[in-house]
Amino acid sequence: MRHIISILMENEPGALSRVVGLFSQRNFNIETLNVAPTEDPTLSRLTVTTIGDDRVIEQITKQLNKLIDVVKLVDLTEGQHIERELMMIKVKAVGAQRAEIKRTTDIFRGQIVDVTPSVFTVQLTGSSDKLNGFIQALGNNTILEVVRTGVSGIARGEKVLSL
Amino acid sequence: MELLSGADMIARFLQDEGVEYIYGYPGGSALHIYDALFRQDKVKHILVRHEQAAAHMADGYARASGKPGVVLVTSGPGATNTITGIATAYMDSIPMVVLCGQVMSHLIGEDAFQETDMIGVSRPIVKHSFSIKHPSEIPEVLKKAFYIATTGRPGPVVVDIPKDMTAPTERYEYLYPKKVKLRSYNPVTRGHSGQIKKAVDMLMKAKRPILFGGGGLILGGASAEFTQLAKTLNIPVTTSLMGIGAFPQTDEQSLGWLGMHGSFEANQAMHHSDLVVCVGARFDDRATNNTAKFCPTAKIVHVDVDPSTIGKTIRVDVPIVGPADSVLREMNELVAQSKQRPDTEALAVWWKQINDWKASRQGRLYEAAQGEQALKPQQVVEAVWEATSGEAYVVTDVGQHQMFAAQYYKFDKPNRWITSGGLGTMGFGFPAAMGIKLNYPEDEVVLITGEGSFQMLLQELSTCKQYDIPVKIINLNNQSLGMVRQWQDLNYKSRHAQSYMESLPDFQKLVEAYGHEAMRVDRLDELKPALEKAFAMKDKLVFLDVYVDPFEHVYPMQIPQGSMRDMLLSKTERT
Ligand SMILES: Cc1ncc(C[n+]2csc(CCOP(=O)(O)OP(=O)(O)O)c2C)c(N)n1
Ligand SMILES: [Mg+2]
Repeated sequence: MRHIISILMENEPGALSRVVGLFSQRNFNIETLNVAPTEDPTLSRLTVTTIGDDRVIEQITKQLNKLIDVVKLVDLTEGQHIERELMMIKVKAVGAQRAEIKRTTDIFRGQIVDVTPSVFTVQLTGSSDKLNGFIQALGNNTILEVVRTGVSGIARGEKVLSL
Repeated sequence: MELLSGADMIARFLQDEGVEYIYGYPGGSALHIYDALFRQDKVKHILVRHEQAAAHMADGYARASGKPGVVLVTSGPGATNTITGIATAYMDSIPMVVLCGQVMSHLIGEDAFQETDMIGVSRPIVKHSFSIKHPSEIPEVLKKAFYIATTGRPGPVVVDIPKDMTAPTERYEYLYPKKVKLRSYNPVTRGHSGQIKKAVDMLMKAKRPILFGGGGLILGGASAEFTQLAKTLNIPVTTSLMGIGAFPQTDEQSLGWLGMHGSFEANQAMHHSDLVVCVGARFDDRATNNTAKFCPTAKIVHVDVDPSTIGKTIRVDVPIVGPADSVLREMNELVAQSKQRPDTEALAVWWKQINDWKASRQGRLYEAAQGEQALKPQQVVEAVWEATSGEAYVVTDVGQHQMFAAQYYKFDKPNRWITSGGLGTMGFGFPAAMGIKLNYPEDEVVLITGEGSFQMLLQELSTCKQYDIPVKIINLNNQSLGMVRQWQDLNYKSRHAQSYMESLPDFQKLVEAYGHEAMRVDRLDELKPALEKAFAMKDKLVFLDVYVDPFEHVYPMQIPQGSMRDMLLSKTERT
């Protein structure tokens, strides 16, 4: 099963490489990964999506918790949560394609954020599924470039991941 | 407050931390630190002949004393030479602090002379690592390094120190930090009472219980509590290879150690038990054999200070995260207060079964060559056990001799059996023995090694000469990489690819060339006199080159992919 693990860690040089190293060292899989500082500049928030059965996920969380730089973590998929990913995608857009792509973008509540006579750059946020859906919906249009942030997530309701 | 340079802070900190010996080797990036050490005389530096040996020396000392070993090396090759030593300590959870020089900060990343990304290289084999960013943070970082290395599940910590951090011209305030706090690191101090109670309940009700102790008992100083629990309840006890000595092996309740080359009765008892209470072992593949077939009828209680160990390789019914000593103390208290008593009738039946297993193997552990003078390695270990009254620190290398030492020396005390269990590092033994002898000069320290392993770091004979470190070395010389050969006999139709030791040196001359004593032993009747002579030379390093049967195999040996009880018992018998 796919899990979203959200980690608060020391904003120290080397901390990220310890987390990433752990995954390769212990043969765990990483689907997506993102990291940035939080409102507290001494802390970074890292979100990783990974796939594994319960036993593997238990090992992943335990091994992550063991890292000295990891302050706290939560498996967001254990509870109600919101997940978002941002994608920017460049598509070839000439002639009739322009209107069609604009329509598809609207349906997915995306925005065209840059335009040239032959190219649209579309920005889209949502769950990874939705982003995948958009790529599929573009169908035969020529995709020139895709960049995705990887998943970020947060628990619903009052639950917080903080010190 | 005092103003000290970074280098002087390091020397001062080590003094304040109560470090007596550090083990190392100098070089460019570490020279400021070496100069600071030169200008004081509290912390003594031992100059090894290869940095790997420095790490193993520190490690040996840590295993025997429970205190952290400290290593000092220069950047680049000095640092990378310690890697095998750090990995060895990491696999067996040994507290160690490794101080590495590094090129000057402004050169980092430029492929400067003797630059290696030591933090990167060592990352997967350290508990944690630090890089010094400013001289003023040295005392606090070092304190954190010692704190992390020694608490919770211990392990090695690397501190990378760019040369400019130790420059003699820059001085900063020094204050010894008595304590440090890390918001992200809080090792557990006690186990969950409910879970502990559940475990005790299960112990009282079990019909075929077994206690299984690991290296965590030794690291956690919990042998006394473990022994008390076993004795009060009259439960059979086994240990992992790393747990040897946590329970007196000459006690009737001891079944010896378990696993690939563990005892027949320990492996049988594990397989048939209905309750395994494991404290401080990690169920690694050499201990469990095929995990799918492991202890099919047993419920498993697992106590460990490291939660990630629990449930990693086998399913656990009652997990208890906590330090071995405090959890066992609580268990003992509960047992004392409880009105419940163990099921003595069931236990009697269980003990009868176990004693039958024990009896069935008596005297068939190895076939001593009848009437012949050719030596069996097992006989030699038994003779060493007798000659040292079972009181020595016994250090080994890796191979058949290691297994024979574990099988035939009987340990009644913790911290006396010193071996590289997790990484299985040939070359570990000699320096580890040196580290112990240096710190325990009054005690007998015996290295049981093989001619293959000893040649990995034998240059340390020179270090022993320099510092008068009179370890006793028993070289079980089978003229081959015996353990490799055994596997080739069993799995490759005796095709002995690269497992011979051709062109062996004349060890006697070699050792004498370094200024030590050496004797060669070929026959049974020479063995005892040679051992007596060797141990009589209290302040001499003595090397006994004992020529033993080159065709011997280590048995029992668990059959790969089998259960605990599936064992080869000799070259011709199996369970
Ligand atoms: C550094 C290292 N290299 C290789 C091995 C693999 N290995 C395990 S046992 C062994 C043979 C050891 O030979 P020796 O020291 O003579 O001991 P014996 O088995 O003959 O008693 C080897 C090569 C190892 N454990 N460590
Ligand atoms: Mg050999």
